[in-house]
Amino acid sequence: MRRFDAIVIGGGLVGAAIAYGLAREGMVPALIDEGDIAYRASRGNFGLVWVQSKGLGAPHYQRWTRRSAEEWPALAAELFARTGVAVGHERPGGVHLCLSRAEFAERRVRMEQMRRESGNFGFDYRMLGHDEVAALLPGIGPAVVGASFTAYDGHANSLALLHALHRGFVGRGGVYLPNRTITEAVAAPRDFRLGAGAEEIGAPVVVLAAGLGNAALAPRFGLSAPVRPQRGQILVTERAGRVMAMPTTTVRQTLEGGIMIGDSQEDVGFDTGQRIDVMRAMAHRAVLSFPWLAGLQIVRAWAALRVMPPDGVPIYDQSERFPGAFTANCHSGVTLTGVHANVFAPMVAAGALDPALAPFSARRFDVPQAA
Amino acid sequence: MFRRRPDGRAATVAVTVEGREVLVPAGASAAAAVLLAGLHTIRATPVNGTPRAPYCMMGVCFDCLAEIDGEPNRQACMVPVRPGMQIRRQRGPRAIDAG
Repeated sequence: MRRFDAIVIGGGLVGAAIAYGLAREGMVPALIDEGDIAYRASRGNFGLVWVQSKGLGAPHYQRWTRRSAEEWPALAAELFARTGVAVGHERPGGVHLCLSRAEFAERRVRMEQMRRESGNFGFDYRMLGHDEVAALLPGIGPAVVGASFTAYDGHANSLALLHALHRGFVGRGGVYLPNRTITEAVAAPRDFRLGAGAEEIGAPVVVLAAGLGNAALAPRFGLSAPVRPQRGQILVTERAGRVMAMPTTTVRQTLEGGIMIGDSQEDVGFDTGQRIDVMRAMAHRAVLSFPWLAGLQIVRAWAALRVMPPDGVPIYDQSERFPGAFTANCHSGVTLTGVHANVFAPMVAAGALDPALAPFSARRFDVPQAA
Repeated sequence: MFRRRPDGRAATVAVTVEGREVLVPAGASAAAAVLLAGLHTIRATPVNGTPRAPYCMMGVCFDCLAEIDGEPNRQACMVPVRPGMQIRRQRGPRAIDAG
């Protein structure tokens, strides 16, 4: 049996970021990756590093996602220095476009609630009218009533990010074990043995970062990860010269020039199929927002599954029954890469999660007993 | 670099490639016309400006992007020639006039 300092299950953005962070702490972790048969939310996402919409009614999540956005520039620079892979991170701020008075009013209420809930931490946002949005993003359509703006938002090339994390992980001495599923799990406090493919491996620390696979894995380690798939579809246009100065929640221009259109949400189980009516609705709203989009060819489209906790807020936990077992679950693997590598991984390396992460525990879903 | 097959069909359709008239067989693609015109590249990539030539000739690789009858970023291998077609190389990204 091969032994490691830690085993991270899941080679997507969440697992790779945590494994990279553990290797940086001086551990020799194994990173187990299911391979190309996996659902791979990390390969299907929209690529935002997004703050302004995250954590309504959950101030701990608002702070966590803000913290991640703050960690991003240094992590991107570090990954480039160590791997030569540019992850294309930009933080020009971002907007959420509102296409009706009702949407604008609703957004204002939401943003003001975010500000109230931020407490002393602060949350600077602005509600912009049509002309102010047009000054930031020339070419918006007359249907755009206004937008919310924060300077916290940005975007990145998430495929390059996944590549950089993997390369950085191996470069720091981590061991990548691809094309393996967990066939067996024997858990004891700070002593875990896993069947990974045909091989048995062991470690005193295990981190479950298997995305939708965590739901079935977690109970074997005394943990709970009630995540479900939520489908999102994405359309991508031909590459064009730089025209968008900043990303929006549903339309963004990549550094290479393609325009991505996204943010659909469907509850259809483990189905990565695409639907014309959803694509049509996405394209319609995008063209109302940016009429010049109508002249561009769509060259690619796909669907992927978000890893969605019941309340949309990430789940981080450590096992009480089997200390040394941790879990990380979220639908914002790109945004949260900063904290996963720079904050969460050092906690795991130190042996316990910080009490500040307690509100993220899956125990919040336990129904209290009636008195 | 490219030669026509000795048993190839007769070149009967006149198109214009980068301002020069070329005769190509009916049913050939705009990408084939560029190759028959003797050009070794059809586009410059949008990020680095690297020169590219048509490659897969079956609509997959997107390396044959060209401006066809004024419309940029067309997959030239998927567009059959028509008499009088104007084919120009795609130089970098398509320009957008956001208004």
